[in-house]
Amino acid sequence: MAEINPVLLKELRQRFRTGKTAWLLALYLLVIGAFVLGFMYLSWRGSPGIFQPDRSRSLFIMLSVTQLVLLGFVVPGLTAGVISGERERQTLNVLLTTRLTPRQIVWSKLVSSCAFVVLLVTATLPLYSIVFMYGGIAPGQVLGVFGFYLVTIFLFGCIGVACSSFFKRTGVSTVTAYGLAFALAAGTGFLAVFLHEMNRLQARGGISPETWHPAFLAWVVEFLQDINPVFVLMQILLGENGIPTGVNFGLPGWAVYTLVYLAAGVLLQHWSARLLLPGKRRWRNP
Amino acid sequence: MIRFNGICKNFGATRALDNFSLEIGRGLVYGLIGPNGAGKTTAMSILATLLLPDAGTATVDGLDVVEEAEKVRGIIGYMPDFFGVYDGLRATEYLEFFAAAHHIPAHRRPGLAKTLLELVNLPDKADVYVDSLSRGMKQRLALARCLVHDPKVLILDEPASGLDPRARAEMKEIIRHLKHLGKTVLISSHILPELAEICDAVAIMEKGRLVVAGTVAEITAVSRGARQMRVAVLDRAGELAGFLATRPGVSETLADGQEVRFLFDGNQAEQAALLQAMVSGGWPVVEFAEIRRNLEEAFMAVTAEGVEDHGGN
Ligand SMILES: Nc1ncnc2c1ncn2[C@@H]1O[C@H](COP(=O)(O)OP(=O)(O)OP(=O)(O)O)[C@@H](O)[C@H]1O
Ligand SMILES: [Mg+2]
Repeated sequence: MAEINPVLLKELRQRFRTGKTAWLLALYLLVIGAFVLGFMYLSWRGSPGIFQPDRSRSLFIMLSVTQLVLLGFVVPGLTAGVISGERERQTLNVLLTTRLTPRQIVWSKLVSSCAFVVLLVTATLPLYSIVFMYGGIAPGQVLGVFGFYLVTIFLFGCIGVACSSFFKRTGVSTVTAYGLAFALAAGTGFLAVFLHEMNRLQARGGISPETWHPAFLAWVVEFLQDINPVFVLMQILLGENGIPTGVNFGLPGWAVYTLVYLAAGVLLQHWSARLLLPGKRRWRNP
Repeated sequence: MIRFNGICKNFGATRALDNFSLEIGRGLVYGLIGPNGAGKTTAMSILATLLLPDAGTATVDGLDVVEEAEKVRGIIGYMPDFFGVYDGLRATEYLEFFAAAHHIPAHRRPGLAKTLLELVNLPDKADVYVDSLSRGMKQRLALARCLVHDPKVLILDEPASGLDPRARAEMKEIIRHLKHLGKTVLISSHILPELAEICDAVAIMEKGRLVVAGTVAEITAVSRGARQMRVAVLDRAGELAGFLATRPGVSETLADGQEVRFLFDGNQAEQAALLQAMVSGGWPVVEFAEIRRNLEEAFMAVTAEGVEDHGGN
């Protein structure tokens, strides 16, 4: 289709017309900017005069992690209402009697929300240029981090859209989307660390008899850390694994992350679209 | 043009539609009447491809609403009983959005939006944000929205609810205009006298079933001398209905609880003879009278048992 999808156009138009959007952008930049400047100020106070490259590296890391945390807040919040909001406003059933298919609807909702978040992230680029000024960071790393953000935004967005399709109320949907995003960001990490410790304990004979196969456990730990956003971000930034498991999937962690979540996101979108088909809907005003 | 064929639809234990069948001819304005919870919205949602029937089939212009839902969406315009509009969109943009959603080519949309706004008497609201329109204006805008793809069939669920008398009169005008454009209109309403004015035919439904269908004249039984009669008996109403059906001039008998309703085409003497026959047949007749002079009374009479059920939307 040569023409821009109507839902996408409408969403963008609505989004960029409200004052809320400008506020969110300003707030986002303010939070990240405050972190960066605060960090720089503290470093300067420690050793005035010079700003060393390794400091700029830790600034880069801090900036990137802050951005990831903010994305965890912003993306589910933006997407968890895209379908349920239409349901609550009683506009969804009309939309479903047009020639738009449920699949077009969920994808254009996702893309319009994600486009806005990408704009937010892009707006922080000038902050990254501060980091560049002081050196110590390869451009490839910045590119890697941005690619990582794209995948993460996509994933969180798909989770939000799916919750929004599944739950009738935006409130419930939002809470669930945050819960799931948190579970992915923190849960998988804790589980990886926990299982890794258990494996070490097992190896030292601390647990007997052996309950889990050590190779299997190591495999699980490696997988968990490869799908954990924080671990993967660290791996991109530092170039090494957080937990040395000795397992090799034949792919770097970020590649596993990308493949798993692109697939998961596509499946979630497929499911969301199915939820909008007649007969699959569970609500009075679909 | 529209055909319901033995449609059943349950919501849990609630029977919203119970073997509902109805046929609506091309180019008619057809009214659907029934008390709250009768199943009007459910029937319309099934036509609008928003709900799947549990049993039975429904077609629009020969297209099955389940199997060929996409094609059906292309030829129907649906206006739900409750609907919202979007924030931050102007009336023109709102219509252009739905035109795009119906695959209307981009170059035709601005002209179309203008024409439709004129049709529904909102030409001066083209650049107003839709969420700031009054309820009646939103209703008219929604009607314009139904028309963006020039559908053959319009399904309007209580389009006049919440409108002031003048706005209702305007709505009627618009619907008449649509009839002139050759569209088939299915319209539900509880404002009965108004339906009588604009509808070619009406169907009365209750508890998910079709009670009577026909032209307004037929239903109110003022034409052709056929009158709607009601007999109340102490018992054996079913038997009586069978008996009445064999009598001359009697048609459409319907036993319900302790009463039988039927259409009777005959004069006073024939009516007296009929009563005589019932009494001598041994039926304990309590009441025998003609009912309904107008559509409202018809509605009240036919759906009398259902009125305590206010469990609508
Ligand atoms: N999604 C649903 N879940 C449960 N019950 C439902 C649902 N939709 C409809 N019903 C029930 O089905 C029956 C028919 O409802 P419907 O809305 O079709 O009636 P209606 O004729 O449109 O009434 P009204 O005049 O109040 O609009 C009602 O008893 C209603 O409670
Ligand atoms: Mg209704």
